[in-house]
Amino acid sequence: MTADGGCSLRATVEEFLFREAALLDEWRLEEWVGLFTDDARYVVPSTDLPEGDPKRDLVFIDDDIIRLRARTARLNSRYSHRERPRSRTRRFVSNVRVEETDEGHLSVSANVLVYRFRSGEGAPYVGTVEYILRRDSGDLRIAYRRAVLDLEDLSWHGAVSIIF
Amino acid sequence: MDIQDLIIDDRKRGVFRVHRSCMTSSDLFQRERELIFDRCWIYLGHESEVERPGDYRRRTVAGRPLFFVRGKDGQIRVFFNSCPHRGATICRRDAGNAEVLRCFYHAWTFNTRGELIGVPRREAYGPDFDPSELGLKKPPRVDSYRGFYFVSFNAQGEDLVTYLAGGRDYLDLVVDQAEEGMRVIPGSNKYAMKANWKLLAENSLDGYHLIPTHRTYVDYMTGLGTDDSGDTLAARPPGAGRALGNGHCVSENIARNGRPIARWHPIFGEEARERIARVRERLVQKYGEDRAYRMADTSRNLLIYPNLLIMDFVAISIRYIEPVSPDRMKVTAWHLVPREESDAALTTRLDSYLTFLGPGGFATPDDVEALESCQAGFRATEAEWSDISRGMLTPCPGTADELQMRGFWRQWHANMQGLDTTDVQDGPPATSQAAAASSEAGDPGHCRTGER
Repeated sequence: MTADGGCSLRATVEEFLFREAALLDEWRLEEWVGLFTDDARYVVPSTDLPEGDPKRDLVFIDDDIIRLRARTARLNSRYSHRERPRSRTRRFVSNVRVEETDEGHLSVSANVLVYRFRSGEGAPYVGTVEYILRRDSGDLRIAYRRAVLDLEDLSWHGAVSIIF
Repeated sequence: MDIQDLIIDDRKRGVFRVHRSCMTSSDLFQRERELIFDRCWIYLGHESEVERPGDYRRRTVAGRPLFFVRGKDGQIRVFFNSCPHRGATICRRDAGNAEVLRCFYHAWTFNTRGELIGVPRREAYGPDFDPSELGLKKPPRVDSYRGFYFVSFNAQGEDLVTYLAGGRDYLDLVVDQAEEGMRVIPGSNKYAMKANWKLLAENSLDGYHLIPTHRTYVDYMTGLGTDDSGDTLAARPPGAGRALGNGHCVSENIARNGRPIARWHPIFGEEARERIARVRERLVQKYGEDRAYRMADTSRNLLIYPNLLIMDFVAISIRYIEPVSPDRMKVTAWHLVPREESDAALTTRLDSYLTFLGPGGFATPDDVEALESCQAGFRATEAEWSDISRGMLTPCPGTADELQMRGFWRQWHANMQGLDTTDVQDGPPATSQAAAASSEAGDPGHCRTGER
């Protein structure tokens, strides 16, 4: 690894996260779900238990790849009423930190701010998103994505109706 | 508008309408607080939320800050969360464990029985200072039924069991599913809606909206190979909507898919089959075929009037509605599970819960949208009435009929006129003698949920 190896690794990961954010803001959800491995997991813990374990505790979301694909299909459906018409979102991804795991994967965390506007109102989702990324023949794939909200409850939004 | 005119209840013609000011008026909201929330038994929490001595939970009930704590003697006690000294809130986290409770403002200290046990520089108060007069204040009445704790801010009135009326049997049907009792698992789903609280009471019992509002959920289940394919309202078993007295109501269905307790479905996986069969056998042995059938093969959305829902279908959710203002409510949902369920059984149950339920599920977000949409529509004040007449002339209303919502509204209307109870059934208003008999007619036995 070169002297700037750490920086270029982070730049590579940032590029990946920025692309992911753009896919979500542009509602290109099928492409987005294509970033995940077949054994992936997407978890959003409850606001009162950010360390919650979906095997024991009540969370908001605990998707395997089947339910995650169904989630994106649902969001693309005209019967997904909470997002019809679709909200406008804008994502800001920062404070990206990357560590190599013992298995050679990347453990990543990023601060994420998503503004969501709809029905004459706007409010942010704020939190941190943790990833396990795997290298897959030159590309990065998401094996685990845990989005932890800093909000105390969902009173601004009523739901996690977009992908956070 | 006179209170008595807010609801049109024409049982002969089968017309039931609610004036939309019931969802928008600040005066009515204040009146609800006084005549309903200050008088009824209101849900506080579940005993399993405070398992160990010193465990406490903070809640808002009927606008009051409260907390409940388990003492060293094992007793659960409920206190107003306000220091008797100057009023500061004593319990400043939603949950925790404490040996003693100390107000941060002047450091007055209380034990878990609520007794004042520490006052810094007490000598300055003079000889007549009596700590026994300055303990934490308690709500007038606290009682529990099978692990569910309720408070009443009304010192008089019927006891909790009497209050629960026909809702009691349905609570039993939920709690009896567990061999070793029920527990609330850690984590709660807290969300809110820009809508009147009564809309969620209605929506939680409403079988009519399932297909149009939750089509994406039904499509998802169909995709997994459940028998929802070709689902239409007409093709579903009708189930039963019932008014259980005192405003408690239930929407009861025959399960078409799996129920984590004891109705296996391929979606749960082959490995769960034997386990679920064993649980079912236990239920049959203990309760007999009929009652085991109701626990395992029927589901129920139960409203304990005014603002508690027990949603027992894909899993068991306790849903608590907190009215904030005429056009705003907060909601907290907890997941209730049998204590004895193993890792695998719990996984099945957690998975089943999240698909439908909760603000990250495939259905609840669309309910939020529906209710906020109604509330926004109420700004058209010239469109004065909402219609809740469905199935009013039907002898055995199903869940897509609306008797269970009318039962809620009739009780609400009686309470708002200062009356304690009313005849909640669809039949002609009864004389008092006939009312006693009709409490039998209102008994779940009179219309069966479906053929076995």
